[in-house]
Formats: sequence, C-alpha cells, structure tokens
Amino acid sequence: MMRASRKRRLVIAGVLVTGVSVAVLLTLLALRENINLFYSPSQVVAGEVVEGSYFRIGGMVVDGSVRRNPDDLQVSFDLTDTAETVTVHYSGILPDLFREGQGIVALGRLEDHGFRADQVLAKHDENYMPPEVSEALKAANRQPYAPAATGGGS
Amino acid sequence: MAEFFEMGGHGFFIWTSYAVTALVLLHGYLAPVLRRKNLIRQLGSPDRGPGTK
Amino acid sequence: MAMRKPAQPTTSRSRAWRWFHRFGSPAYFYFFAGRWAPRFGHLAVAFFLAGLYFGLVVAPPDYQMGDSYRIIFIHVPSAWMSMFIYVVMAVSAGIGLVWRIKLSHAVARSCAPVGAAFTFCALVTGALWGKPTWGTYWIWDARLTSELVLLFLYVGYMALLAALDDWKTGSRAGAVLALVGLVNIPIIHYSVEWWNTLHQGATITKLGRPSIDIRMLVPLLIMFAAVNFYFLAAMLNRVRCELLDQERRTRWVQEVVNG
Repeated sequence: MMRASRKRRLVIAGVLVTGVSVAVLLTLLALRENINLFYSPSQVVAGEVVEGSYFRIGGMVVDGSVRRNPDDLQVSFDLTDTAETVTVHYSGILPDLFREGQGIVALGRLEDHGFRADQVLAKHDENYMPPEVSEALKAANRQPYAPAATGGGS
Repeated sequence: MAEFFEMGGHGFFIWTSYAVTALVLLHGYLAPVLRRKNLIRQLGSPDRGPGTK
Repeated sequence: MAMRKPAQPTTSRSRAWRWFHRFGSPAYFYFFAGRWAPRFGHLAVAFFLAGLYFGLVVAPPDYQMGDSYRIIFIHVPSAWMSMFIYVVMAVSAGIGLVWRIKLSHAVARSCAPVGAAFTFCALVTGALWGKPTWGTYWIWDARLTSELVLLFLYVGYMALLAALDDWKTGSRAGAVLALVGLVNIPIIHYSVEWWNTLHQGATITKLGRPSIDIRMLVPLLIMFAAVNFYFLAAMLNRVRCELLDQERRTRWVQEVVNG
C-alpha cells in the first residue's frame, strides 16, 4: 500500500506530465496542419494544395458573385485575394456576418467546378463602430476599412 | 427591458460570458480571503496547525 | 507593527535600496498588502460596475455584429491579463530564482491562479463570441491554439508547485517552467500577424489609431483598469497567505496569529 502523500504526488505528477504532453501535442497538431489556417485563392490556383485534400480557403466575397438557389440552401460565391478568384459552392446556412466584401474561410475540397465547402465561417475585421458611423463613412463614399487581404492573417 | 436581456437574439452568448467571468473572478477573490482566515485560525491553535509544507 | 526608521544619511541610492529591502521583508509586505488589497478590491468593483454600465447600456451596437460584440468588454481585458500576468509571474519567478528572494517566489506563485482564471475566461468568452459571429465555438488557428497552450502552462505550473513538497524547490522548478513558457506570449500576440488566422488582428495595440469607436473604447478602457485592480487585489491576498504559511515560525506571524 502506498503512503497517502506518495500517492498524492504520483497523481499530481501524472496530471502534470499529461498536461505538458497535451500542450506539446496540441502545438504539434497545429503545426502539422500547417500553422496557416487557410490557403489564399492565389495559392489554390497556383496548385500549392495537395490534389484532392481537405483544406481551408480564405478570401473576400466578390461583389455580385453570390448566387442562391431559391428552392434549397444551395449557394455559390466567389472568393478573391484581389489577385486570383475561386468559386465556392456550399449547401447550408451561412453565418450571420456573411456578405459581399466580407472575409470568409471555407473548409472543403477542390472539385472540377470549384471549391465544395462543408463549412463556411466568416471573419470579422478589427474595426468596431456603430451603424450610423458606418453609414456616414459609406455615404462619404470612402471604403470603411476594407476587409484586409487574406495573406498575413487579418 | 426585455430587449436588454435579448441583446438582439444573442442574449445567451453575452449573458453566459458575463456570468462565467463573474463567477470565476468572484471565486478567485474569495478563495484567498477564506484561506487566510483559515490559516490564522489553524496556526493559532495549540498544535501549531497542519504539518509543514 | 513597528516600522524601523534607521538614522542614516539619505542619498537617493541608499533610499532606493532601503525601499527595496523593506519591500523584500515578508512582514512589511504582509501589512502593506493588507492595507492595499482591499483598496484595490474596491476600485476593481467600482470600475467593473462602471464598465458594465457603459458597455452594456450606453455603448451603441456594432454595425456588423450587433450586440454580440459586447463580449469584447470582458474577452479582451481577460486575454490581455492572461498574457500580462504570465509575464509578471515569469519575471517574478526568475528574480526569485536568480536573487534568491523568497517574496519574489511568493508573488509568482500567487500570480498563477489569477492568470489561469483570466485565460479560462478569455477562452470561454471567445468561444461564446465566436459562435454567433464566425459560426463556430472553436478553431485550431494560431491565436486560439496558443492561448489554450497558455492555459496548460498555467495549470502545469500550478501542478508542478503542488507536486513538489519543498516550497523552495517547487518555486525554483516552477520558475524554470514559467521562464521556458515565456516564448508563448509573443507567439500569442503576433499569431494574427505571422499566420493566416480566423481570429482578427489587433485593434488597440497595433501602430496607428485604434479602429474602435470612442463610445466603445471608453468602457473597454474602464474594464482594463478594473481587471488590473482585480489582479492586484487577488494576487496580494494570495501572497499574504503564502507568507503566513511560509513564515509561520517567525515572531511577526505568531503575533498576527495570536494577537
């Protein structure tokens, strides 16, 4: 039978080792999947993504490119990084922040007719303002902090 | 008033965030206060309190 | 509590040393903390209430996110503190390690639970903010992952201290761990710049004007003050406990305990 104090230390040591291991594994996991969360349209067009792989693409929704099917939840839109553009097809409910000009990150696979997404997430930029300020800026015909290009992360 | 709690449909997310933070911070403040009182009580008793750590 | 006032010539350097030595004295620090912790606590409460009012009632909704952005008023201060406290903890532990100052170790040990609490809050409030805005509670991007790593560092540090019975040995081992983990702080901060992430970039700490409306910035700054006062109050109270525990055989503790 182990002394209570020794057993306590064993348990704590076990928790400690597990905790540090998990932390390192998490880091390795994140690294393994390529620390960059997503590829840009330019990278996709340039063929940097492994054929047939499941990956994330990030870009800006091109104005006027959103096409919805009135009968079901199918939708398609173009993502751009101002250099190249990729068409994304998605079936499902889009996040609230989805709109033209918004930063979007889609998870899925590249197919013949475009990128088929299983998940669509919306980025939002680092700007915070009330609606009337946003309206005023738009009215003054200046782009309010246009969503940043995807390369470099925000 | 109901609008305030609804928060445009995002009420759950906002209020849960504030509640969790409040509980965590409150606990984090009270724990050492209580521990100090216990320590003083224990150290003041004749047997010099719990074994050395 | 007797405060000795030595009769010595007071050059500014000798005054600085005496101030330093005085603060290094556990007894002095115990009573100093005893006076100031409650004051910081009251200030924290006042600033929290003001921040809540200006953030939840006065500040207008965001043009994109509506009311969900209001989580920013606890998420961002928590995240900032999670990193700031870690630096304080690591530096304090490092000083204790190199200069062999017991109080420094006590401060480091006292920082950890507070820092861990803020890290936890940052992660939870971030998840609750992410779901209605991004569309997901969690994602393994560089920012979120490194913040989670920070939580594990805090927990690992506290577990290490608990595993080692000897206070000094534990403090020193913990100091090594804390220092090794310091690299995570710049990683967290620059993650949104170095890599593509879902998490957005800096609003306040970037170079240039903060890109946030003044009516939203004010409650944010109020909350910044609130969490800092809270940290001081909570940390100082924990240091007091450490000192009572570690110095239990000294006369000043006996007086506190029996007097």
